[in-house]
Amino acid sequence: MSILNFFKGFAVTFGKLNHASKSGKVVTTEYPEEKRSKPARLHGRHVLNKYEDGMEKCIGCELCASVCPANCIYVRGADNDLENPTSPGERFGFIYEINYLRCIHCDLCVEACPTQAITETKLFEFSFMDREQAIYTKDELVVADDGKPQNLPWEDWRQGEDEHTSEWMRATSPSGSADFVGLVQWAGELGYGTRKPESSQGPNNSSETAPELSPEEEVH
Amino acid sequence: MIFSGLDPLFLGDAGTFEMLLIVLLKVLVAFALLLVSVMLYIWWMRKFISAMQNRIGPSRAGPFGILQTLADGIKLFFKEDLIPSKSDKFVFKLAPFFSLVPALLVFCVVPVAGDFSSGGDGTVTWFGNETFVQVADPHVGILFVLAMSSIAVYGIMLAGWSSGSKYPLLGSVRASAQMVSYEAALGLALIAVLLKSGTLSTHDIALQQNGGITDWGLVVTGFVPFIIFFIATTAELNSPPFDLVEAEQELVGGFHTEYSSIRFALFFMAEFMNVITMSAVMVTLFFGGPSGYYPSFGPAWLWGLLWFVGKVFIFVSVFVWMRGTLPRPRYDQLMDLGWKLLIPLALGWVLLIAALDIFDDRGFGSGPAQILIAAICVVAILAFGALLMIAILKGQKKREQEGEEVFG
Repeated sequence: MSILNFFKGFAVTFGKLNHASKSGKVVTTEYPEEKRSKPARLHGRHVLNKYEDGMEKCIGCELCASVCPANCIYVRGADNDLENPTSPGERFGFIYEINYLRCIHCDLCVEACPTQAITETKLFEFSFMDREQAIYTKDELVVADDGKPQNLPWEDWRQGEDEHTSEWMRATSPSGSADFVGLVQWAGELGYGTRKPESSQGPNNSSETAPELSPEEEVH
Repeated sequence: MIFSGLDPLFLGDAGTFEMLLIVLLKVLVAFALLLVSVMLYIWWMRKFISAMQNRIGPSRAGPFGILQTLADGIKLFFKEDLIPSKSDKFVFKLAPFFSLVPALLVFCVVPVAGDFSSGGDGTVTWFGNETFVQVADPHVGILFVLAMSSIAVYGIMLAGWSSGSKYPLLGSVRASAQMVSYEAALGLALIAVLLKSGTLSTHDIALQQNGGITDWGLVVTGFVPFIIFFIATTAELNSPPFDLVEAEQELVGGFHTEYSSIRFALFFMAEFMNVITMSAVMVTLFFGGPSGYYPSFGPAWLWGLLWFVGKVFIFVSVFVWMRGTLPRPRYDQLMDLGWKLLIPLALGWVLLIAALDIFDDRGFGSGPAQILIAAICVVAILAFGALLMIAILKGQKKREQEGEEVFG
């Protein structure tokens, strides 16, 4: 009877009051206290990586700045001091600034970088009190001595969130060609060594099947 | 002196200074408690409804988020108060108070506590003065409730009209049509109670129901008036599922679209206050007010208060439950329900109760005569219902045919 169906709705909503039941399960995440795990390839704020010997990877080529669709990167290269070089090779980036009021986190800079110097972390929870603070310079962007991103006081880092900052690098081959699937095409990194390719892109997997993303890292 | 003590409106005697103090105290306490209970109700509504929607609701301000309403109120106070340039400024400013003041006044006539145990007289003795635990007990009692709930329509109507904007006007047109239609059903359902109680005074109505559940207005009037009253109240309060007045999907915010800051808050305060006061009125009319089981220890008025608050709480929760469950009807469905179902049903029920009362007076109250009368009434109601159904179905068919001619 239709009139009884009318009252069935009341039973449905009443049943949801029992949070132990399947349909009544609370879906809210109490955000500042607990965080949802982030996707492995989330685009957050950038870091400038270093080699295992502590040298900076950036060579000041300005490819990132020229490819940036939001014009948010400003780079100036300079010749290395021969006695005490900052990066292996001729030049290094001596000014590197990213304006986070402009950045759209498209990761094109990461794709353009020939030395994998710039990668993105999974951190997006940061705020500023004025526009000056929104411009990250080398002081903030370069990784710390242990190879991990700097935990700046206005950023909300939690336990384990500064891991896997260059996940994207490991996910695809640098040139985007399927011939490079499973091959390590990148240099070692300070604090991490040489990162392995993702399992789904390894040589044992047939390239016919759709590539799987690695399971989401539990970040809390 | 006792008479003036019982009559807080001082209709007979000016009373002593103490009585004046008691009355002032009652007014203050009623005002403060109503505001606090609105605050708690909004919190409870948000908690309860989110529990039904797999959420947790407000949880930040105070323990369990209980101060969330207070935080919202403070925020609204400090927000910019916008007045549209095309609005009628005086009426625009006046309208929120037209909503709020009746909501406050209705609660004045509701008996909140007192010795309503079986055989009690519903009074308390404070500072040596016998008095009622209600702000006023005017002789017109329940008519005052109806009058105030009608005036509340003005608040909404004037708000929509004075905004000088399309959607608020549409909202207020809907509001006035809806509230006027359901006022009729509300009044007719009320008449059934009044026929049985024989008095308009809310205190006396509550007092007559203190003999147990079989004395409650709900049972005495035979359930139907209560159901009608409940549905009509929901429509009168613009509470979901009958919130067509502020249907977000159609009218932005309805009558309060152009309102901001504390004026906006006043409308919402009035709306939620009305839910509480109308729940209290329903408890008074149909559920025996503060009557119930009174333990032998402790002051009687306290038990009355507990019973009253408990009953109102259940009603208020049912309103929230409806809010979380039922989808909004179409506007023609709303009008159909009001005019074609509730009003005829309420009218029929009033006739039935009146007829039974008269037969009772003439001595047909027992034995086979009573069964015969009941049978005649049942047949009459069935015939009446069948005729109504035929009328409704025919009307519907005709409308469909007309629609086919126009659109088909």
